[in-house]
Amino acid sequence: MRTLEQTTQEVLELASKHFQAAPGSLAPDDDFFKKLGINSLQALELLSRLENHFSIELPDYEVQGVSDFRTLAARIQSRL
Amino acid sequence: MLDLSKYQSMGAALKDAVEVFASEVCLIEADRERENHRLTYRQFRDAAMPVARALQDFGFGATDRAAIVMTNQSKWLIAAYAIFYGGGVLVPLDHKLTAGEHWQLLKHSGARVLVTEYPIWRQLSVASERSEAHGLQTIVVTEAPPNVDLAGALRWENISTIGNSTGDPQFRLRTRSDLATVVYSSGTGGRPKGCMLTHENYLEQCAALTSLYPFAPGMRYLSILPTNHAIDFMVGFFGPFTCGAAVVHLRTLRPEFVREAFVKYKITYVSLVPLVLKNLQKGLQARFEALAPGKRKIFSVLVAVNKALTHSRPRLGLSRRLLKQVHQAFGGELRAIIVGGAFTEPETLQYFYDLGIPVANGYGLTETVVAVTVNNLKPFRADTVGKPLPGMEVRIINPDAAGIGEVKVRSKTVMSGYLNDPELTAETIVDGWLLTGDLGRFDASGDLQLLGRKKNMIVTEEGKNIYPEDVESVFESLAVKEFCVMAANYVWPQQTMVGEQLILVLHLEPGQTLTEGLCAEITARNNRLLNYKRVHGVLVMDEDFPRTASMKIKRNVLAEKLSKLARNGVVVKL
Repeated sequence: MRTLEQTTQEVLELASKHFQAAPGSLAPDDDFFKKLGINSLQALELLSRLENHFSIELPDYEVQGVSDFRTLAARIQSRL
Repeated sequence: MLDLSKYQSMGAALKDAVEVFASEVCLIEADRERENHRLTYRQFRDAAMPVARALQDFGFGATDRAAIVMTNQSKWLIAAYAIFYGGGVLVPLDHKLTAGEHWQLLKHSGARVLVTEYPIWRQLSVASERSEAHGLQTIVVTEAPPNVDLAGALRWENISTIGNSTGDPQFRLRTRSDLATVVYSSGTGGRPKGCMLTHENYLEQCAALTSLYPFAPGMRYLSILPTNHAIDFMVGFFGPFTCGAAVVHLRTLRPEFVREAFVKYKITYVSLVPLVLKNLQKGLQARFEALAPGKRKIFSVLVAVNKALTHSRPRLGLSRRLLKQVHQAFGGELRAIIVGGAFTEPETLQYFYDLGIPVANGYGLTETVVAVTVNNLKPFRADTVGKPLPGMEVRIINPDAAGIGEVKVRSKTVMSGYLNDPELTAETIVDGWLLTGDLGRFDASGDLQLLGRKKNMIVTEEGKNIYPEDVESVFESLAVKEFCVMAANYVWPQQTMVGEQLILVLHLEPGQTLTEGLCAEITARNNRLLNYKRVHGVLVMDEDFPRTASMKIKRNVLAEKLSKLARNGVVVKL
């Protein structure tokens, strides 16, 4: 079982890879819309990638209003 | 469909609709491949009555305001029905706002009741701004897990058992001139613009729209745009309900499930913002380009034939036979895609029309409920936003030699004003005409063409209205003498509604220059904004900003000064 820290790290790595951000440039408290400059459709892409990676179902409404990696990772953690 | 001219209020029309169409399917709610609910109008009524009764038991009276902050789902519409049944005023809020923005608007609207979802409430309940919303007395939360503390809110599932009364709640009649909704068009950062819309506004708008794009029992509308949005509220709730059609809600907007829904539910209409429509176009183009050369050639010929045969009007049956695979991918029964919220490029509209999928492209504002003009498809015109709908008077103020001027509107759909802002209302509605701030002209056939804005704002492809004043706070205390944000096309009119951008205007201290360090600071602050709110360039001005006696920037005078400079020469891209 992953720890929350591990999950957060994997979320950051996956996001930086998918949106081609410099490795290590993302931090847990970053707002992913602002830091990655993505729109709502691109955020859905990220959710789909995360679902595949963690083999979970992460409903859109479950992450409604979530915009930072730390909270996103916590929502994923609760479903692992 | 109901004859809406006979009704005094939305509540009365909806109350009749659930009886007239009792056995028709009214709502389908799906989550990915699973179907959560399928309700007939009778079942919808049965679900809404306990909510209406509970609200009344909590003291929610006629003219009281109730806000909904929810993603698209069946309980959104059930709550709205219950609010109108009790004569209340609905305040639909954008669920994508931040918790701070939600509390700001809840406070501004004077909402007494809030209906929201647990994932949203989880953010709202801990926000510091909550303590300022004194008028909010009842908070109802849906989808709350068992045993969680709701921080003073009530569970949706429990509210019908909390009150004292039994039986049907009291239906409260409203008149046409009474307030039905307060819809915020923008201004969360500074001056909230809450459009006060009456029952008459909605009844007239619905009758006008459905005269061109009718609903009927058996038809299905796919609700993708947020229901708080003026378009979805009309064509994803009031319109189909008063015609006995069904609304399909998806709990996910992942493209793969949206595609499946078109086929599974045989969708008749869908509404999209230009950004999504363009994405859809790119996806289709990529699929066609991946076809083998021979197939691609055949496809191109079929599109050309369809285009020629539908030149004067859509011929859906013919297009569905000619371009069978395309139409099957959309479920085979799609009549039109409704696009709105922002300007759509003609090339995108034409692309879909040539595939035999009409796009209902129009023009409207939250201040006029939703639509003022719509393309009537006789013939389809990608380069215009169509003719005025029945009952809408549209004029061009002081047209120039090319016929271009500010668009003004007079109709029974024009709002009664902005909530708590008589000054802005008086500036916007003059002698009964709504001054839109948009520039346009009528062509020879009477179709309206939009050619820029007279107002200092931009609209993004996602349908977001951005006012420069609302993004300025991020640059506060920047080490310059003064600064402001302006819409570039307001300063340098381009006769277009696409590619709108914001620029940061700086007035530096004596001897100060635009150093790399200052640019880096501006970029860092800019990145704190959501991508669609960011400024695209910086302009340095070497004189004091023109200001009023109360030190407010005279933006129109500033724009005039800046317009004398060559845009390309003075704006430094970020």
